[in-house]
Amino acid sequence: MHSQFGKEIYLYWYETMLLLRKFEEKAGQLYGMQKIRGFCHLYIGQEAVAVGTISALRDDDNMITAYRDHALAIAKGIPAKECMAELYGKATGCTKGKGGSMHFFSKEKRFFGGHGIVGAQIGLGAGIAFAEQYQGTDRVTICYFGDGAARQGMLHEVMNMAVLWQLPVVFVCENNHYAMGTSVVRTSKVLDIYRLADAYDMPGDSVDGMSCEEVHKGVERAVRRAREGGGPTFLEIKTYRFRGHSMSDPAKYRTKEELEEYKEKDPINTTLSTIMANNWATQEEIEQINEKVRLEVEESVKFAEESPFPDDDELYKDIYMDANYPFITD
Amino acid sequence: MRTIALRQALREAMEEEMRIDSSVFLMGEEVAQYNGAYKVSQGMLTEFGPKRIVDTPISELGFAAIGVGAAMNNTKPIIEFMTWNFAELAIDQIVNHAAKIVSMSGGQFSCPIVFRGPNGSAGQLAAQHSQAFENWYANVPGLKVISTINPYDAKGLLKSAIRDADPVVFMESETAYGDLGEVPEETYLIPIGKASIKKEGTDVTIVSYNKMMKVAMDAATELAKENINAEVIDLRTIRPLDWQTIVESVKKTNRLVIVEEQWPFGSISSEITYRTQKEAFDFLDAPIRRICSADANMHYAHNLVAGYLPDVPKTVKLVKEVMYMKK
Repeated sequence: MHSQFGKEIYLYWYETMLLLRKFEEKAGQLYGMQKIRGFCHLYIGQEAVAVGTISALRDDDNMITAYRDHALAIAKGIPAKECMAELYGKATGCTKGKGGSMHFFSKEKRFFGGHGIVGAQIGLGAGIAFAEQYQGTDRVTICYFGDGAARQGMLHEVMNMAVLWQLPVVFVCENNHYAMGTSVVRTSKVLDIYRLADAYDMPGDSVDGMSCEEVHKGVERAVRRAREGGGPTFLEIKTYRFRGHSMSDPAKYRTKEELEEYKEKDPINTTLSTIMANNWATQEEIEQINEKVRLEVEESVKFAEESPFPDDDELYKDIYMDANYPFITD
Repeated sequence: MRTIALRQALREAMEEEMRIDSSVFLMGEEVAQYNGAYKVSQGMLTEFGPKRIVDTPISELGFAAIGVGAAMNNTKPIIEFMTWNFAELAIDQIVNHAAKIVSMSGGQFSCPIVFRGPNGSAGQLAAQHSQAFENWYANVPGLKVISTINPYDAKGLLKSAIRDADPVVFMESETAYGDLGEVPEETYLIPIGKASIKKEGTDVTIVSYNKMMKVAMDAATELAKENINAEVIDLRTIRPLDWQTIVESVKKTNRLVIVEEQWPFGSISSEITYRTQKEAFDFLDAPIRRICSADANMHYAHNLVAGYLPDVPKTVKLVKEVMYMKK
C-alpha cells in the first residue's frame, strides 16, 4: 500500500469523491421525487476521473465537459449548494436556473460548461485553449467527452487542428464503455480509443479511470506537456458508471457480473483502504469527514428548497449581452 | 468622396478593428496565404501575421467550434466561411452553441464572434452553391443577422459586428465583391438593427436586402419612367428587424412589395408581411406582395437560373399589380 502520493491528497480524494457520490445519490433520489426535472445524468462510479484530474491541475486551468457535468463542476469548485439549486431550477443556481442539469457553468472557477450536443464541446475546448495560446498564458484546458463522442466527426477535425497549432489542451475521453445503451464494441473496430490520436500524430495514453493515482499521473504528464508548449494529449480514461445513462435508463444492456466487477474497484473504497492501511486517519476522523459531507449535501438541498425560482421577467434576460435587444413579443 | 469595392470595404473594417483591438483575429479557409478565396482578406497576413490571420484545414465544424470556444475566453474571432453553403456543416456551432452560450451560462459567459462570408447565388453554380440562408439564422434568438452588399453599409456594419458582444451572422455576396461604392476615408460605425431608405418615394414601398437591392433599385428606376415613385428600403440588418422603418414607409405609400433571394416558405418577407399587416392594416390599399427565389432547387442551365431568381421585370410587374395598373 505504498504510494508516491501523501496523506493530504488521499484525504482530498476521499472527501471529494464522497461528496460527488453523495450529491449524485441525493440528486437521483430527488429526481424520483420529481423535485428535479428534465434530463439528469449521474456520475456515480466515475469519481476518480474527476478528482484525479483536479489534483493534477492548477486552480486557474480551464475545464469543459458534456452533459454528465455535476461532479466535474463540483470538483472544479462550484459550491454543491449552487449545483443543487440549479437542479431545482432556482435563481440561486450556478446558472440562475437557466441551464439545469446539463449546463453547469462558472466563469469564476473557469468551468466552461456543461454542453448537451455529443462531441461538440471538443471543439469548444480546443477554442478555449486557442484563446489561451493567443493571449500568451500558460493555462491548460481539460476537455472531457465520452466514448460515444469519440465517434463524432468533430473529434477528428479538432484533433488535427490542435496538433497542427500545438494547442495547450488535454483531450480526456471518459470511456465508460457505453454510449447511452450502445456498447463501445458495437460502435467501432477501434476499441483502444486513445489510438485514434496516432492518426494525427498526437501523444495518446490509456489510463485506469478507477484509480485516482493513475488518473492523476496521466493527467499530470499531459498537463505538463501542454503547459510547456508541447501541445495536446489524448487520454482515454477507462471508467464505468454504476447507474444508467440517464434517470430513465435501467441499463439492461449490460450484465450484473460486469457491474459487480467494477463495483469491486469502487475508487472511494480503494482510496479509503489506502488511507486506513497507511494510518493517515483514524476511524473517528473518517466518520468526521463522512458527517461533513452528509451535512454539505443536506445543506445543499435545504438551500435549493428555500431558494426562489427565477423571476418571470428573466425569460428575456441572458439571451443577448445587448440589454436593449428588441424582442418580438407578439 | 473616394470610391472602393465591397471587398475593400470589408477588409478595411476588419483591419481597422484589428489595429485597435488585439483580441480580434480572422480565421478560415484560404484567408491568409492565399489572400482570401475572394480576396477580401488580401494583404492582411502581411500586416497582422499568422497568429492573427489563421488559415485552417477544410473543417468548417471544427474551426467554427474553435472560434466559439475562443470567443468564450476573452478573444473576438472573425470566422470566414468560403460560402454560407459550407457553413451548413458548422450550423450546430452557430445555432446550438454560439447562440446559447449567454443563456445556458446564466449570463456568465458571452460569445462575441462574427461568422461572415458570401451568401446566395453567384452565377450558374447549381443546387449546392446557390442558397440564401438569412431566414434560417434570423429565426434563432441569441444571434444577430446582417446581410448587405452596399460598401458603405457593409464597412460600418462589419465594424459594429466585430465590436458587438453577441454572435453576429454577416452575409455578403460573391457577385458583389467588386461592386464600387462611396466610402469615406474617416472611420465610422453603422448601428446594427437600422434599415436604410435608399430612395425616397411616395407611391409604393419596395423592401429588399443584399444583392436583391440591385433589382429593387433598378426596378425603381424603371418605374420612374412610368411616373411611379417607389420608396426603396435596404434592410441591411435582418435580425433584429427594423420593422418601424417599413411601417412608417407603408403608412405613406400604402403599398408594399418585398424582393428577396430567400425561398418563400417562412422567409424574411413572411415576417415583414405579418408585422406590416399587424401594425399598418388600415393603411394598406393592396395586398402585400413579394418576389422570392423559386420554391425549387437552383439548376445549372442559364434559363433556369433566370427563372429561379427575382429580377427587374418581375418586380416592375408586381408593383404595377399592387397599384392596380393595367399591363
